[in-house]
Amino acid sequence: MILTGFCSALAAGLLIMLLGYVIVQGWGAINPAFLTQLPRPVGVSGGGVANGIVGSAIVIGLATLMAIPIGGLTGVYLAVYGRGLGAEFIRFLAEVLGGVPSIAVGLFAYTILVQPFSHFSGFSAAFAFTVLMLPLMVRTSEEAIRAVPISIREGALALGLPDYGSIIHVVLPAARPLIITGLLLAIARITGETAPLLFTAFGSQFWEVNPGNPMAVLALQIFTYAISPYDDWHRQAWGGALILIFAVLVLNVAARLAVSRRTKKL
Amino acid sequence: MMERPTLAAEEAAPETIADVALDARDVNAWYGKKLAIRDVSLEFGRNSITAIMGPSGCGKTTFLRCLNRIHESAMGARSAGQVMLDGRDIYGPGTNPVVTRRRIGMVFQRPNPFPTMSILENVTAGPRRTGLLKNPRLLRESAEEALTKAALFGEVKDKLGAPAATLSGGQQQRLCIARALAVKPEVLLMDEPTSALDPLSTLKIEELMENLASDFTVIIVTHNLQQAARVSDYTAFMLGDADRVGMLVEHGPTQRIFTHPRDSRTEDYITGRFG
Repeated sequence: MILTGFCSALAAGLLIMLLGYVIVQGWGAINPAFLTQLPRPVGVSGGGVANGIVGSAIVIGLATLMAIPIGGLTGVYLAVYGRGLGAEFIRFLAEVLGGVPSIAVGLFAYTILVQPFSHFSGFSAAFAFTVLMLPLMVRTSEEAIRAVPISIREGALALGLPDYGSIIHVVLPAARPLIITGLLLAIARITGETAPLLFTAFGSQFWEVNPGNPMAVLALQIFTYAISPYDDWHRQAWGGALILIFAVLVLNVAARLAVSRRTKKL
Repeated sequence: MMERPTLAAEEAAPETIADVALDARDVNAWYGKKLAIRDVSLEFGRNSITAIMGPSGCGKTTFLRCLNRIHESAMGARSAGQVMLDGRDIYGPGTNPVVTRRRIGMVFQRPNPFPTMSILENVTAGPRRTGLLKNPRLLRESAEEALTKAALFGEVKDKLGAPAATLSGGQQQRLCIARALAVKPEVLLMDEPTSALDPLSTLKIEELMENLASDFTVIIVTHNLQQAARVSDYTAFMLGDADRVGMLVEHGPTQRIFTHPRDSRTEDYITGRFG
């Protein structure tokens, strides 16, 4: 009891310290300019990470747009038709993919989407993020659809709805809260990912909203600023970290809310 | 020994069915490689109520699920045979089970209202999603008609927009009946529709079935002898063999099956010697 209690306190303490440290260090960096301005050149104080925030939103948005249909439909397939070797193989692949280090995923994106075009791009980063989101998306949407009783789908089939109609109009709406939870958790997972961005989005000092070009992404800016020798940049790195942590926190809370609303309804 | 169930005090149905609405011939069904029912043949008279009874695992539900081809929607499940609906085989080449299911509706053992839809949306789901009706006014009218036929309209007319889950179990089951009726089927299959309900809700649904029979051909699966005796015009008795393959033992007018069964196994079941 004493040992487990002590370790729990230690774990909680470490987390609180981490959060507190980020808040203390980052809070000072956050001001309207930090959120709305472009980075300034080295030596010029001030400036912000606005391009990184927008870049993050674009890359994560693109990744989400690609992951929803692929991950969701794979989940439908596994939950509704998923029997036999083929389905087991897909489940196994998703599990393995979930354990692949993100740097390896980034390398893969680099090899197929950067090297052939000799051009870094926000899109290649979005692709890497999609790959990172898929395992979680596939698993949670399969579970969400499985949680809808088979009798609900049969009720739709018995009315003369076709197979896809029963899934689109009846099963998916019933599974939606859990699917959204999985989606939010998947977005939270990639929001802080940095490794795959190093050789895909690459980073940029400028406003760049075209995902065909190298883009600034917040997590990448934190990395660049943190390893720089300048105090001003260190401060900005903490500010960026605080924004990221806040974004992930919001996503996690939203995911919990989506679940609790569902359980209240049933 | 159990008392013989009392029969409805009405005119006995004739032994031969003059107007056959649905005619099943040699229906077989499998789950994977396991044969579940063998060569079940049964005729259903138009606008009559037929009860299919038998002990658990005798294949009565499986047989019912073959009559609207919903059995085959489960993974690995297969069915074969002929089921003539107004003289045309629903298992014939080129027939579409989706279209068939619009003509042969079904009510399930547990109420299964669509959880994300309101009461009204549940009833209009069939006509709306099958493209039968598009006009909101017509949809609403057909929903009210279906709810009235299902003896539910009076209880829900002031809260049609409420979630279906707010209804009681018995109301939910009548909602599911209304939902099935809204598609305007010719045949209504009911799979132990009252087994999850309290006696009062059961009574309501049994009364409702009498009325439904004036418009629809009703086929009900039940393991409850009294229910079969109370509501049906015709009764079929099914039994599983040693390999748990379900077969039809006998069928006929309910009155005759309960008073003069021709097969000793039916006699044993009715008098409570097994089952």
